[in-house]
Amino acid sequence: MSGFFKSSIGRKVAMALSAFFLMFFLLQHLSINILSVLNPELFNEVSHFMGTNPLVQFVLQPILIFAVVFHFVMGFVLELRNRKANGVKYAKNNGAANSTWFSRNMIWSGLTILAFIGLHFVDFWFPEMNTKFIQGDWSGTMEGVEGFRYHEELVHKFANPVRVAAYTISFIFLGLHLAHGFTSAFQSMGGTAGRKKTLQTIGKAYSIIIPAGFIFIAIYHHFNH
Amino acid sequence: MDLTLKIWRQKDASSKGQMVDYKVTEISGSMSFLEMMDVLNEQLVNAGEEPVAFDHDCREGICGMCSMYINGEAHGPDRGVTTCQLHMRMFKDGDTITIEPFRAAAFPVIRDLVVNRSAFDRIQHAGGYISVNTSGNTQDANATLISKHAADTAMDAATCIGCGACVATCKNSSAMLFVGAKVSQYALLPQGQVEAADRVKNMVAQMDLEGFGNCTNTGACEVECPKGISLDNIARMNRELMKASI
Amino acid sequence: MALDSKVPKGPIADKWTDYKNHINLVNPANKRNIDVIVVGTGLAGGSASATLAELGYNVKAFAYQDSPRRAHSIAAQGGINAAKNYQGDGDSTYRLFYDTVKGGDYRSRESNVYRLAEVSANIIDQCVAQGVPFARDYGGLLDNRSFGGVLVSRTFYAKGQTGQQLLLGAYSAMNRQIARGKIEMFNRHEMLDVVIVGGKARGIIARNLVTGEIERHSAHAVVIASGGYGNVYFLSTNAMGSNVTAGWKVHKKGAYFANPCYTQIHPTCIPRSGDYQSKLTLMSESLRNDGRIWVPKHMEDVLAIREGKKKPTELTEEQRDYYLERRYPAFGNLVPRDVASRAAKERSDAGYGVNATGEAVYLDFAASFERYGKEQAKIHNISNPSEAKIKELGQEIVKAKYGNLFQMYEKIVDENPYETPMMIYPAVHYTMGGVWVDYNLMTTIPGCYAIGEANFSDHGANRLGASALMQGLADGYFVLPYTIGDYLADDIRTGKISTETPEFDAAEKEVKERIAFLINNKGTHSVDYYHKKLGKIMWDKCGMSRNAEGLESAIEEISALRKDFWQNVNVPGTDTEYNEQLAKAGRVADFLELGELFAKDALVREESAGGHFREEHQTPEGEAKRIKDFQFVSAWEYKGEPKDAVLHKESLEYENIEVKERSYK
Ligand SMILES: Cc1cc2nc3c(=O)[nH]c(=O)nc-3n(C[C@H](O)[C@H](O)[C@H](O)COP(=O)(O)OP(=O)(O)OC[C@H]3O[C@@H](n4cnc5c(N)ncnc54)[C@H](O)[C@@H]3O)c2cc1C
Ligand code: HEM
Ligand code: SF4
Ligand code: FES
Repeated sequence: MSGFFKSSIGRKVAMALSAFFLMFFLLQHLSINILSVLNPELFNEVSHFMGTNPLVQFVLQPILIFAVVFHFVMGFVLELRNRKANGVKYAKNNGAANSTWFSRNMIWSGLTILAFIGLHFVDFWFPEMNTKFIQGDWSGTMEGVEGFRYHEELVHKFANPVRVAAYTISFIFLGLHLAHGFTSAFQSMGGTAGRKKTLQTIGKAYSIIIPAGFIFIAIYHHFNH
Repeated sequence: MDLTLKIWRQKDASSKGQMVDYKVTEISGSMSFLEMMDVLNEQLVNAGEEPVAFDHDCREGICGMCSMYINGEAHGPDRGVTTCQLHMRMFKDGDTITIEPFRAAAFPVIRDLVVNRSAFDRIQHAGGYISVNTSGNTQDANATLISKHAADTAMDAATCIGCGACVATCKNSSAMLFVGAKVSQYALLPQGQVEAADRVKNMVAQMDLEGFGNCTNTGACEVECPKGISLDNIARMNRELMKASI
Repeated sequence: MALDSKVPKGPIADKWTDYKNHINLVNPANKRNIDVIVVGTGLAGGSASATLAELGYNVKAFAYQDSPRRAHSIAAQGGINAAKNYQGDGDSTYRLFYDTVKGGDYRSRESNVYRLAEVSANIIDQCVAQGVPFARDYGGLLDNRSFGGVLVSRTFYAKGQTGQQLLLGAYSAMNRQIARGKIEMFNRHEMLDVVIVGGKARGIIARNLVTGEIERHSAHAVVIASGGYGNVYFLSTNAMGSNVTAGWKVHKKGAYFANPCYTQIHPTCIPRSGDYQSKLTLMSESLRNDGRIWVPKHMEDVLAIREGKKKPTELTEEQRDYYLERRYPAFGNLVPRDVASRAAKERSDAGYGVNATGEAVYLDFAASFERYGKEQAKIHNISNPSEAKIKELGQEIVKAKYGNLFQMYEKIVDENPYETPMMIYPAVHYTMGGVWVDYNLMTTIPGCYAIGEANFSDHGANRLGASALMQGLADGYFVLPYTIGDYLADDIRTGKISTETPEFDAAEKEVKERIAFLINNKGTHSVDYYHKKLGKIMWDKCGMSRNAEGLESAIEEISALRKDFWQNVNVPGTDTEYNEQLAKAGRVADFLELGELFAKDALVREESAGGHFREEHQTPEGEAKRIKDFQFVSAWEYKGEPKDAVLHKESLEYENIEVKERSYK
């Protein structure tokens, strides 16, 4: 079994497993965030629940962090090996003749996402951690804000147009990453279904809806407040 | 038609190579690509120069010997063909054609366009067989029924000619399509079941040892494969390896 | 030396079993001390290497390609025969034996052919056990098709890739032994001479085609499995590297060369398109199961078609001449190859060829589209299907059977064979002649064996379709492993053969000198220049039909061309590098000798038999006329120049088959 994850195929399976988790997380994340547009009250409720529930905080959150780190570290490992496997570069290589740009550039779309994740941590996660663990404030409230603070904070962040632009670009790259990644993960897991019509359609839909959803939220708050 | 050729020349494995320009004239559209190369070589020999070395043998798309990267694609721009089956009618008068060897760290250049694909053989040594002695004392060929579907799918996988276009095309120089096809052929047949687990483990281990890259599922191999080997074979191999490891 | 075919006594059906019961065996412990060299890894060499290694011998196998899997056996499309009688259509060992002897125009050795038929069924069992994906029917049983010259369906196939699948089977068996260290594989190596020590074959001299190094390899026996020599014609369906070198070298060291003039010209190949042509492509004979061969009946239609004023599809049934069906109503389009080829040549010579070169006839599938289409319509309960629907349904069936061949045709010719009939013309395909061997498959050099297409084979003067694969695997899997053991039983105490002996020195020196000469000559003409010239002489004068005058002048011309070659050939580069021109030069040099012997053999054989058609010897209807006095194998002994070769005759007795006029009418 340990041999399995050392093999090229095993690593891809691990890659796909971590990606499945991330894709599930994104779906969940978007479902909550979209509430900030539809129903700020409910958004605050759910955010508070997620932010203070011990199961989420002490089990799911570490798994998520592990999955993210694992995914990109493994991405680098695979990429390095692939580079080594290549011989001399072709003088002329017509990649477009046989594959999509985003399938050939997962590392670049991945790196953009990584940069975004960095930004995201600075924006939301570090302040959250600071509030909760360093200052020990688990109330979910903030001075000058009635009820929970989450919605207010979110809206506040998207006031800055540069940030909104950065988010938008990052999510476009996430879309590209997923446009190939979604079906690819099924193929890595040994499913030929990855190339069947329905799954391809779902993959396409997913890779458009998820990033589009996040972008919409950012832009919505930017212009509505 | 008249053409300009940019061809990779490299004296031997240890020398450095470079692209060199040549001109050929009066090429007919019904020539095969290799016949065009013959014209160039005859021209070079008569001029006292060394001809361009390239691998070829059957010249009918089945031995898998020919292996050129033409204008950025393995076996050139046509689909479902090897270089020897590529015809010059795919090109136009005045075209410049770039011709390079199949590239991969696991396929070192021997000379010019000739590369060493023994890594493929070594992967087969690791398990590309069914352990049955060739004594002829096996059961009757019709004793085990095999469904037409299984036989046909195994046959489709078995059509791989071991040319290496999949590796040459892959941005990661991955050999998954080739190995997947072989693993699949046996995995689909009842005769192959007994050793299935060891076979896939050993072949994948050897594949990794040879220094081929991972599979990113770009699907480029399937497009360039002259025999239309399907990506399903890669998925099947992934499944077989998971099954064998768990 | 008198020829002794060493055929065992007794009734034909018992010979092989009796023989196996009485030969000497080598015990397993001793096999470990015995080395065998196998030159060639096609069906014959690959299967022999694997089996010998399984038995315990140490095998060294050689191939000029970069992998054993690429030997030219890979190109065989149609199928492999076996007397399984799965179809219950009356097949049997005897019938396969009978068909093969008759198909060979009564010019093969009865006992060998019977043994071949006897072991044929085992081949299929063996290959299935190895995982060869033969075609199956919906019930899960093996499917069969029929081939030319027979009245039963006994041909097993794997799409249009039977040769590849069988070779991959043998290759997989080799892989298993390579992994165990029992086979040492020398890829990209070419055998350039055999070494005789104390009258026995004890090794070879080989050239590493990558580095140019000349190597010595010793063994207790040497097996030649280097395939056929059809490339003596320059244009053939053989691979570019196919050659006679291995066979010719053993011939020069004492092995007799048998029936060089027996060549098979295959009727269904894609016609030549221009002078640059480097090889010809076969369209599998299986196409004749479903295609009908014709040319226009009237000259004006021929001309109109050539000028592009008319399309073949515009001709009505009455305007077409289905000449095979007309001349041979019993076998129709499925007459043997020699007959079909000559008939195509006859029509083309008469001016009815349908392309610009005048050398092409039609192979038409329209009737099959309709027949299969109607059948499918019934199966799918389509009432009153339109003509287009029928054609579509029929085409699907044909596509499933021959799709890859149709695609190949379209790629080469740039015409869609589903819409317009294919054009075909005969091309050199197989050589029935080769190194003479006895019942043990041993040549006249003790310890030197020849198997597969390289030997003079079991096919007499004409080979039936799907029989070469059968022979190659029979020789390698089931015959040689027994017969060679009988010989090697004497070698259990010999010990390793040293390569540091005067015999190896001498052989290596000879090889090196010849290579040095070729490299240093720096003449005026390329190797291909000579090869093409030789090919033209061969095709014009030793092709589908031959006559004394032409053969005599061929001998003169080839001899002169050979002289010219050794004076003026230009081989670029050096001998210490990858140098394809050098390898080719050596092969062409040997073809230039073989070609002359070929013509001489054809001249001496004053009869027509199978693929050898002498214009002087034909029936009033233009069929081949055999002559009883020539019921023998011509085995030639090397004496220097090909013209000095000495003829030895192995007379052929038929005790189990009545020698009849071969008729397919
Ligand atoms: C296009 C085509 C289609 C055919 N279709 C059929 C068919 O459907 N059914 C059928 O029964 N038969 C068919 N045949 C005939 C049949 O394929 C061959 O006769 C048979 O495969 C020959 O096998 P072999 O092992 O004797 O030689 P090959 O397969 O030709 O192998 C020769 C081996 O010898 C090696 N070699 C040659 N010279 C040297 C040297 N000097 N040094 C070292 N190695 C050397 C080569 O590397 C190769 O490994 C077909 C032939 C052709 C050309
Ligand atoms: C939430 C964020 C992310 C999601 C949802 C995601 C999703 C995916 C998916 C589904 C795949 C396909 C897996 C497979 O083919 O088996 C994939 C592959 C990949 N991901 Fe991500 N990814 C994310 C972040 C990242 C990051 C931050 C990187 C950083 C470098 C990255 C790099 C890669 C690479 C290189 C691959 C291709 C691996 C290969 O096939 O060789 N991804 N990703
Ligand atoms: S899978 Fe296709 S491209 Fe790869 S080696 Fe086989 S035939 Fe060539
Ligand atoms: S030369 Fe054999 S496949 Fe191209």
